[in-house]
Amino acid sequence: MSWLDTANLNLRKRRRRALYFKSICSLFTWSCFVLLAVLLVHVGHKGVGLIDVDFLRNAPSWRPEDCGIWPAIAGSLWMMGLTALISIPCGVSAALYLEEFAPKNRWAHLIDVNISNLAGVPSIVYGILGATVFVRFLALEQSVLAGSLTMSLLVLPVIIIASREAIRAVPSTIRHAALALGATPWQTVVHHVLPTALAGILTGVILALSRAIGETAPLITIGAVAYISDAPAGPMDSFTVLPLQIYSWTTKAQSEFQDLAAGGIVALLVFLVIMNGIAVWIRHRAEGNAN
Amino acid sequence: MNILAQKKSRWLEGGIHGFLFFCAFLSILTTVTIVVSLVWESIPFFFEVAPLDFLLGTTWQPLIVPREYGVLPLVVGTLQIVVGSALVAIPIGVCCAIYLSEYASPRMRKIVKPTLEVLAGIPTIVYGYFALTAITPVLKSIYSGTETYNAASASIVVGIMILPMIASLCDDALRAVPGSLRQGAMALGATRFEALTRVIFPAALSGITASFVLAFSRAVGETMAVSIAAGATPSMSFLPTESIQTMTAFIVQVSMGDTPRGTPEYHAIFAVGMLLFLITLGINMVAHRVLRKYREVYE
Repeated sequence: MSWLDTANLNLRKRRRRALYFKSICSLFTWSCFVLLAVLLVHVGHKGVGLIDVDFLRNAPSWRPEDCGIWPAIAGSLWMMGLTALISIPCGVSAALYLEEFAPKNRWAHLIDVNISNLAGVPSIVYGILGATVFVRFLALEQSVLAGSLTMSLLVLPVIIIASREAIRAVPSTIRHAALALGATPWQTVVHHVLPTALAGILTGVILALSRAIGETAPLITIGAVAYISDAPAGPMDSFTVLPLQIYSWTTKAQSEFQDLAAGGIVALLVFLVIMNGIAVWIRHRAEGNAN
Repeated sequence: MNILAQKKSRWLEGGIHGFLFFCAFLSILTTVTIVVSLVWESIPFFFEVAPLDFLLGTTWQPLIVPREYGVLPLVVGTLQIVVGSALVAIPIGVCCAIYLSEYASPRMRKIVKPTLEVLAGIPTIVYGYFALTAITPVLKSIYSGTETYNAASASIVVGIMILPMIASLCDDALRAVPGSLRQGAMALGATRFEALTRVIFPAALSGITASFVLAFSRAVGETMAVSIAAGATPSMSFLPTESIQTMTAFIVQVSMGDTPRGTPEYHAIFAVGMLLFLITLGINMVAHRVLRKYREVYE
């Protein structure tokens, strides 16, 4: 490490070296902004112009100029709604159990390690699980329900980890006070712990759902297809979602379709901005209340 | 509260307790189901193909006769993406983290951190589109021999995807180093750069290593960007300008196509899926072990 060896350098050289290093670091940091800007501009300049009422209302077609994303938007909303219905109660309950009720034994430790490992499993592996268990074993076929169940398993670790952090942040004095006044453990949790942790939990839930809405790979594995011309009318209907629609347009050779993909991406990003905006608003409000 | 109501509420508490436990147990059940479905569905595959031929074979050609099921080209393809993305993400990510933890004002942190979060929150499909329509044309203009689907473009975009992860985990690791160490170094006359490279960075090294390892695991499991940008040509060559196929991209290829169920080429996705699961699981376990070690030191 001779370049680190400063014994033979005078102070001015050492300071100059420190300055160079700082410049390199800030240059790389700025490059993150540039990357993000390039990405958004690249997608935006092709995509924004495409978005009009017809694009939002029509179904995909073999003629690029008639194409629209309504079935994909409806499918995404359906899937997000069902995923939320399934994963939020399960995730929050699991977090409550682990933080408030679990005895500190080997089982609790096993569940703990298991959840952090599950959070690192590639999404496509969840897709394989969904394809075997939900699509074939439970015979749900390529329905919204099968997709939502798969997605729920995928986001559960995220929800559990975020909720646990929020619950852990609740001061234990609140629990002690409630228990001392004769509340049962469950009453303590419902009346005091959950409301206090709510903002943190909601933020985590929204982030998890915005991950679900952008996921593509698991849905490809369960066989959800992009050639759907109607919005799903119930949980057992076949469906497509925005990322799948974008994928199928991106992989087409004609550049008109690739431009359509940019339009779809803009719609997807608008969804994500709205969801994250809500998360930021909740966090902001909770911080305001805490002060 | 009378005795009856107390009894009822105790029952209720018990039932709720049971439900909560079930929800927590669901995570174990998920892992078991993943393992069982991968093993169960790949058994028919391993009846046809010897496990050693699968693991050590150097030709992957499951969809064309004569079929060959040597998984190494897919592993090499995946490795190529991991190495390429690390080359992009590690320098930028570490410098970002150093800037955030050492130099940035609180106001600057408030701008950089959300930017990284936004980069991390962009769906992978968007990165795939970006690679194919923006990065590949640039690469082509630099070197005209670049194929439309190539490993370099996918590596760069996966690098951008794992960059926020490296930056924020390294930032955490650097900030976990006690201030006394930095103050000690600077009191002895070190410049900021010297304090950083000689004292703080070595002290945070395990956390930084763990962040790299976790990022590698994400690069291994990354699916959409590589199947859009890197193509579908299993290849053992390490040429970044050529099309390759990763393990994940193969699973997508078969799932999108009309491969009939029950054939070995269909069951191959489960064998590849199992390998993928085992690799990421191994990497994650290493990372968590390293992380736990470093937490013990500084908390």
